[in-house]
Amino acid sequence: MTDPKPPVDVAEEPPAPRQETFFQRFMRELTGGSILVTILSVVLALLIGAVLIAASDPDVQDRADYFFSRPGDTLSAAWSAISDAYGALFTGSIIDIDEYTVGRALRPLAETATNAAPLIAAGLGVALAFRAGLFNIGAEGQIILGAILAGYVGFGWHLPTGLHLIVGVLAGIVGGAVWGGVVGLLKARTGAHEVIVTIMLNYVARFLIAYLLTTTAFQRPGASNPVSPIVDDSAQLPRFFDDSRLHLGFVLVILAAFGVWWLLERSTMGFEFRAVGANPNAARTAGMSVSRTYVWVMLLAGGLAGLAGVMQVLGTERYLTSGISAGIGFDAITVALLGRASPWGTVAAGLLFGALRAGGVPMQASTGTPIDIIVVIQSLIVLFIAAPPLVRAIFRVPVRSAGQPVAGLQRGWGA
Amino acid sequence: MNKRFRLAAALSAVALAVAACGDAPEEDGGDGATGGATDGATEGGGDFSACMVSDQGGINDRSFNETSYNGLVLAQEEGIIAEPKFAESQTDADYGPNVDAMVQDDCGIIVTVGFLLADATREAAEANPEEQFAIVDFQYVDDTGAPAPIDNVKPLVFNTHEAAFLAGYASAAHSTTGIVGTWGGAKIPTVTIFMDGFYDGVQYYNEQKGADVQVLGWDKATQEGQFVGDFANTGLARQISDNLISQGADVLHPVAGPLAESAAIAAQAAGNVAVVWADSDGFESAPDYGDVILTSVLKGMDQAVLAATQEAADDAFTNEPYVGTLENGGVGIAPFHDFDSTVTQETKDELAQIQEQIISGELVVESDAAFS
Repeated sequence: MTDPKPPVDVAEEPPAPRQETFFQRFMRELTGGSILVTILSVVLALLIGAVLIAASDPDVQDRADYFFSRPGDTLSAAWSAISDAYGALFTGSIIDIDEYTVGRALRPLAETATNAAPLIAAGLGVALAFRAGLFNIGAEGQIILGAILAGYVGFGWHLPTGLHLIVGVLAGIVGGAVWGGVVGLLKARTGAHEVIVTIMLNYVARFLIAYLLTTTAFQRPGASNPVSPIVDDSAQLPRFFDDSRLHLGFVLVILAAFGVWWLLERSTMGFEFRAVGANPNAARTAGMSVSRTYVWVMLLAGGLAGLAGVMQVLGTERYLTSGISAGIGFDAITVALLGRASPWGTVAAGLLFGALRAGGVPMQASTGTPIDIIVVIQSLIVLFIAAPPLVRAIFRVPVRSAGQPVAGLQRGWGA
Repeated sequence: MNKRFRLAAALSAVALAVAACGDAPEEDGGDGATGGATDGATEGGGDFSACMVSDQGGINDRSFNETSYNGLVLAQEEGIIAEPKFAESQTDADYGPNVDAMVQDDCGIIVTVGFLLADATREAAEANPEEQFAIVDFQYVDDTGAPAPIDNVKPLVFNTHEAAFLAGYASAAHSTTGIVGTWGGAKIPTVTIFMDGFYDGVQYYNEQKGADVQVLGWDKATQEGQFVGDFANTGLARQISDNLISQGADVLHPVAGPLAESAAIAAQAAGNVAVVWADSDGFESAPDYGDVILTSVLKGMDQAVLAATQEAADDAFTNEPYVGTLENGGVGIAPFHDFDSTVTQETKDELAQIQEQIISGELVVESDAAFS
């Protein structure tokens, strides 16, 4: 799986697998994988998706009845079902050459970026926590809190243009940061496991927004359904083109990715995050405050997820519903895994998932291919990438050579 | 030997692949049906195109979306439209893109299903004034709650409380424990309107007969009751049903789309408990539970969608709301099927009489969620 690398300086020391937690071992295996495996996983997932598209196509099913007398019929029907579906997926996510204006032709690409922006933001939050050894399952709840606060500032307050947007964005980030920070604080003070706490807080957030949308402060005047008013124009993230929904949030998210990269690779705090992630005991011995690190990591991770909530409510949707998080918080875990917990990897993975989300819409609408195929493809990608490290971590299977895991560790954690 | 076998295998694989690719264009040209949904036009139905975007329930949810989609299926069978197109939304973020994809596909009429699609539909309708829309179960209102119609969107709404009133009356008459129960999927007007009607139907029975049948799970005066919180949590739905049964309820009226199955399973397990289905005739749409389904509160979304599609295809589209009532047959109650022999003729006559009184306006059934 991994190509042999020259042993780095610490490779002489024996690895100490018994002191690793299961999570650390899994993360080490995961981040040690090569980019080739990632690409091949995507290709393989698309191939299996193709088989499913063909199998679920009524035409193919009809023709399969007489497969042995004229197999060509079945195969050609399968071919056209697959090429139609993937063709629509492509024109829906990258470029539509049949359109007359440049704006309309490039609209799919903009739609991909629009879908990718919140995925990347929340994915960065999950990735950052990964790097400090924390499994942040709570991005969904953090997005909801971010959206609640940003949305409330957006429709409840009426501030001057410019200021309104800034306050709205900051409110959303603070909302997410608080929701994440609580987890870090509980972990640091009481040792409560972050997986349990984040999952529970997802439920709290979900029912909180459902409740808020029945109160007069949040419910749209005159409406009896649980939807909020539309946010003021001055609080909306400006859109770049008339033809598409692409908004300023995408720029913010690229800046955020740069910020996370800088934090992890260039700052003292980031070094502490990575040190705690690699080995909390060693970090403590070295004089770092592990509990302070947990609080900071979760604050930042929550803030990034909150930014995703901001983009949903001030950018794409522009009003609150109980489903405002749209499963982004869970897809973000996948995106972070696919991006191997690195900032730019997360950006690339977010764009891929954004493209699948964007392209799935016309694929379903114009070819009638079930939208669930997209979920299957996404899941397969993750399965192929995460399964081998997971299996090795569970059964403690060593990688081929003894020096290999450590080399992988060094490269993966980017020391 | 081994190498030669590999070579042969590789060659035959290539040959297969070439054959498959080679046939494709011919076959494509020869038979248009492989192309996808639009090609169905030539095989049956008219040439008007109708499209539907659902909320997160799929086309086969045995309830809300499926009944609406059946309207388009009916329209195709009657030759009004070509094969309908359908897009299912997986999350709240999909509504806008799905509606937009249908606009791009040059649909003659786009039917959106459910209040969650209201804002996406409004946005698309305002951006594309030439396009015609219909929205199931939603009417646009202004800040004061007064209707605020959009020029090219036809609301399809239902005064289901009129039908649920009848079901409530029948349930009260059927109950031997003197307790009936209802619960909802989420506390939204399209759900509580059923519960209001059901509640009032029971109260009317008490008034007429001097009885004291209690309703658990909903209080019309306070507008508080029991809800699952979504339309997917079958475990909680079962638990709520079991709780109501253990409190003595022997008729349950779940208003929760696909979750009604959980109530039916609970009723089957308990024995001697009947269920009042919602939306479609459960005896037909969920035959596994036919033995416990007393009746169903019918909400004719299929008929409404069919009517709106017909109107658009005839070039007679208006944004006048379609309001389903007992009078126009847009709502009603289903036959008693297996329970036909246990419901007394007296009750049946009274129900017929109440139905007439509601239609004539002699008996007024009210709900905060009703449409005018």
